[in-house]
Amino acid sequence: MKTRYSIFSLARNAMNYHKDWEKAWRSPDPKAEYDAVIVGAGGHGLATAYYLAKNHKMTNIAVVEKGWLGGGNTGRNTTIIRSNYLQDSSIAIYELARSLYEGLSQDLNFNTMFSPRGLMMLCQTEHEFRAMKRTSHANRLAGLDCRMITPAEVKEIVPIINDDPACRYPVLGAYYQPRGGTGRHDAVAWGYARGADAMGVDIIQNCEVTGIRREGGQVAGLDTTRGTIRTKKIGVVTAGHVSTIMDMAGVRMPIESMCLQALVSEPIKPVIDCVVMANTVHGYISQSDKGELVVGGGTDPYNNYSQRGSFTALEHTVTALVETFPIISRLRMLRQWGGIVDMTGDRSPILSKTDVQGLYVNCGWGTGGFKAIPGSGWVFADTIANDRPHPIAEPFSLNRFLEGRLIDESVAAAVAH
Amino acid sequence: MLVVTCPVCGAEGDETDFHYGGQAHVRRPATHDPANISDEEQRDYLFIRHNPKGLHFERWRCDRGCGKWFHAARDTVSMEFKAFYGISELPPEELQAQAKGPWADYFKSRAKA
Repeated sequence: MKTRYSIFSLARNAMNYHKDWEKAWRSPDPKAEYDAVIVGAGGHGLATAYYLAKNHKMTNIAVVEKGWLGGGNTGRNTTIIRSNYLQDSSIAIYELARSLYEGLSQDLNFNTMFSPRGLMMLCQTEHEFRAMKRTSHANRLAGLDCRMITPAEVKEIVPIINDDPACRYPVLGAYYQPRGGTGRHDAVAWGYARGADAMGVDIIQNCEVTGIRREGGQVAGLDTTRGTIRTKKIGVVTAGHVSTIMDMAGVRMPIESMCLQALVSEPIKPVIDCVVMANTVHGYISQSDKGELVVGGGTDPYNNYSQRGSFTALEHTVTALVETFPIISRLRMLRQWGGIVDMTGDRSPILSKTDVQGLYVNCGWGTGGFKAIPGSGWVFADTIANDRPHPIAEPFSLNRFLEGRLIDESVAAAVAH
Repeated sequence: MLVVTCPVCGAEGDETDFHYGGQAHVRRPATHDPANISDEEQRDYLFIRHNPKGLHFERWRCDRGCGKWFHAARDTVSMEFKAFYGISELPPEELQAQAKGPWADYFKSRAKA
């Protein structure tokens, strides 16, 4: 049993100059066989493993990861958490995730720094205003705590916003989710990893999957760079690399991998204490606890596995934000990076069984996966453990592309997810 | 920043001068056999995409030049363009031979047909 993190353990370790902290998770060698193997140790994969162990008592499981845990999109996003989607199925899963975030630090005994600082989506055209109003009605029917606010309220919450009514895209109002906000992305991965490890889950890093073994229509195991692992259940949670893994099992995916970039500025004093998304002009912004402005926008338009994007996309995002927040125009940007996101045709995720018995897939979160991590892990673990879709996961099955039963969020949230 | 060359008018420009059009060689089943289309074929046409890590074949449009659509072969890791070719053409044979996975299957099926 791991030592609980607390003020007392902190004080005790301070006596030894913090030299004796135990490792947060083991680095075990893979066993020959597991009851289930999760491919991909990002937030979604680790959350799946955590809830498999915690909710379904499946502790003889492993998470295999090509690189290091949390090194993919979990460590590359802009940490925004919200649930104000248009469609009922989306609201159900994103709100489950958002509500789990509220108690996550206590549950994991790891400070995930969930900060429900409020999130607003600006309305900068009449069309966007009407679309947001429609979303607000849908969300109120679903019981979400969200409301439309006036330009005066926007200015009060975000004093640095450009409220000139004569500018090209004036602020006509905003759609506000006061319980939305941000979290600490790395801490979410680390917290789930530590929690899963404590229950006996093997997290095996630097272990790349090279093949998926089948016996007839049933999964039999995995070939990896650290040997063969036998298992009857595989959950593939590899985001931008999902197509390459699923090709190994002969399952074709409705996914295109693209690069989504983000950047942070030099740290400055607090200027903005909520998340602002400006979807018409393609940019969103929040301020980290270190003081950096965290900035994101839309994806680069073409298929890309390189984790590097074009300057054009960044310039587009920054231009939009300078127009919206003129005081940041002389701010220097410190770091910029890209992550490979898995885009589906309807911009909704895939949580599904497949035609191969024992092969499950959780992907397609595209540009907005971080906010969904706890909910995604919760329902995907249930789906794997019981070999049937969790009711909240059911609408997100692969079959929806066959049946034309799309969950269309691309119109509802064109840029920022 | 990608530098693209239009095989139709010869214009060279960066990616903002062109428009990305997604996967190449997608055939609309209704064009060929409108009476007998399965749900699977229609799904594959609309949603299933080749998404290789490596050599990929895609469509581009010469937005600020001649306005024509054309094809390109590009590596999705190195981002290097391997060839530009016409909208009604298949890629050069040496590139077809290098293709892997679903793309290799596709070119084999086209060779048979």
